[in-house]
Amino acid sequence: MSDALHNFWLILSKPDNVPIVLMMILVIFYCWLAFKQARRNDRLGVFEATQADKVQVWPYLVKIEFLVTIIVLIVLTVWAITINAPLEEAANPTLTPNPSKAPWYFLGLQEMLVYFDPWIAGVMLPTFIIVGLILVPYIDPNPKGNGYYTFKERPFAISTFAIGFLILWVLLIILGTFMRGPGWYYFWPWEYWDTHRVVALTNIDLWEKIFGIPSKNVDGSFNLIQVALGGALIIGWLALLPMWIWKKYKEKSSVLKQMGALKFGMTAVLFLMMAGLPIKMFLRLAFNIKYIWVFGVGHDLFFNI
Amino acid sequence: MEKNKTLGRLFTSRVWRSVFRHGLPISNRARAESVFYNFFLHVHPVKVRKRSLKITYTWALGGLTAGLFIILTLTGALLMLYYRPSVSEAYADMKDLQFVVSSGLFLRNMHRWSAHAMVAVAFLHMLRVFYTGSYKPPKEFNWVVGVILLVLTILLSYTGYLLPWDQLAFWGISVGTNMARAVPFGIGDKMSYLLLGGNIVGENALVRFYVLHCFILPIATMVLMGVHFWRVRKDGGV
Repeated sequence: MSDALHNFWLILSKPDNVPIVLMMILVIFYCWLAFKQARRNDRLGVFEATQADKVQVWPYLVKIEFLVTIIVLIVLTVWAITINAPLEEAANPTLTPNPSKAPWYFLGLQEMLVYFDPWIAGVMLPTFIIVGLILVPYIDPNPKGNGYYTFKERPFAISTFAIGFLILWVLLIILGTFMRGPGWYYFWPWEYWDTHRVVALTNIDLWEKIFGIPSKNVDGSFNLIQVALGGALIIGWLALLPMWIWKKYKEKSSVLKQMGALKFGMTAVLFLMMAGLPIKMFLRLAFNIKYIWVFGVGHDLFFNI
Repeated sequence: MEKNKTLGRLFTSRVWRSVFRHGLPISNRARAESVFYNFFLHVHPVKVRKRSLKITYTWALGGLTAGLFIILTLTGALLMLYYRPSVSEAYADMKDLQFVVSSGLFLRNMHRWSAHAMVAVAFLHMLRVFYTGSYKPPKEFNWVVGVILLVLTILLSYTGYLLPWDQLAFWGISVGTNMARAVPFGIGDKMSYLLLGGNIVGENALVRFYVLHCFILPIATMVLMGVHFWRVRKDGGV
């Protein structure tokens, strides 16, 4: 028990992990407060501000800025006095630390490397995250909830963003930071990081398991049946499913009508990509399924999903 | 009383009035002028909605991000005095900062933790803006600027991560740039070659990351911060 606590403390108190622990607490605290305010606003309503509600920047805003500056300086000073920034041995290209981890805000991406090929986890998904974030104001058709906390007026937007931020971003960072030890194996936070641990990785070829169709032929070319089945699944998820929803609900749903096909398409594809990540994670962690679709064009472009 | 008289004479003196053209901010007019005529305060409007000042509404997260950027610029400039971006000197300079330079350890700690805090606070700011729907018209484009600023913040932190040239730095950057290398059609290799100035994380990479970290990225961030604040103000915020 004391060993477990010791290991737990070791990883929590690693200087570079302190901001993550702090952010974890802050994010949970902030979300709780935001939802509390949203509930209150939803119940009581929000009063539109009038010109008379305006106050002067000096002293009301300047005062707050001054106070916040002082508080931040105090917090940072205490932090900088009590915890030293890490400085390890001099860089040594011949000695790879195990595990070698990227800085904490990239650990979500590094964790995704477990589930996807590097160019998908490290290039394609981050690009989609950034593009998706930029598109947010242009694909959100809802004019309500501008300038106050609310949940009732925009349940879909709030839940999607909260899940995307808390589960797909914060949780992946926590997973990558606290639960990935040597060899990027899974360790509970209270487990000792045994560098000699060997886990037999028995990743399953999905289509071979189900239909007895291997992903690749003996000569290394793609098995066309697998390409068709996997492709149908992926394309079905990202293209046919949104089209089907559009066809079925465009007349009935006022939201869809208001959005139009283009906005709806972009929203649906981004949402389904986001939802695909935990599905793939689950398939890998629970059933060791390596890929759903193994496909490539030429020697460079691979869609191993 | 005597003291107030002296102060009163100071505040009405010609020298004082040449610096601050308005009177003491005791009347509404003088308060407005203190904001209007002050270079630093003129990023703010003269009056703001009471609601946008509620601390439980914004949590001052945007201002905090900007404040941390200022702290980082100041501590960073001081660190530059002691740090040379070369493979043979960088690590030794870090050790000097730890053990030789007066308050060097404190300076580096301050820079490191402010950097982590800035990334975290920028993320929280984005979460807040989303929750309150503050990206909605007319502020759509300012959200885009904000996303770019978030990316720049991460890049600033990431390029700074290499500079100590210790194991953490070297392998952290190697893991990251190896991911970039995975872009197909050889574009990834070209990109990583451009970023590192070679095929491995070495002397050229250190210089490139240094220049990005200390010059190119901060300038880009400052310009976009200006745009971001200006648009906030024009759209009726603080």
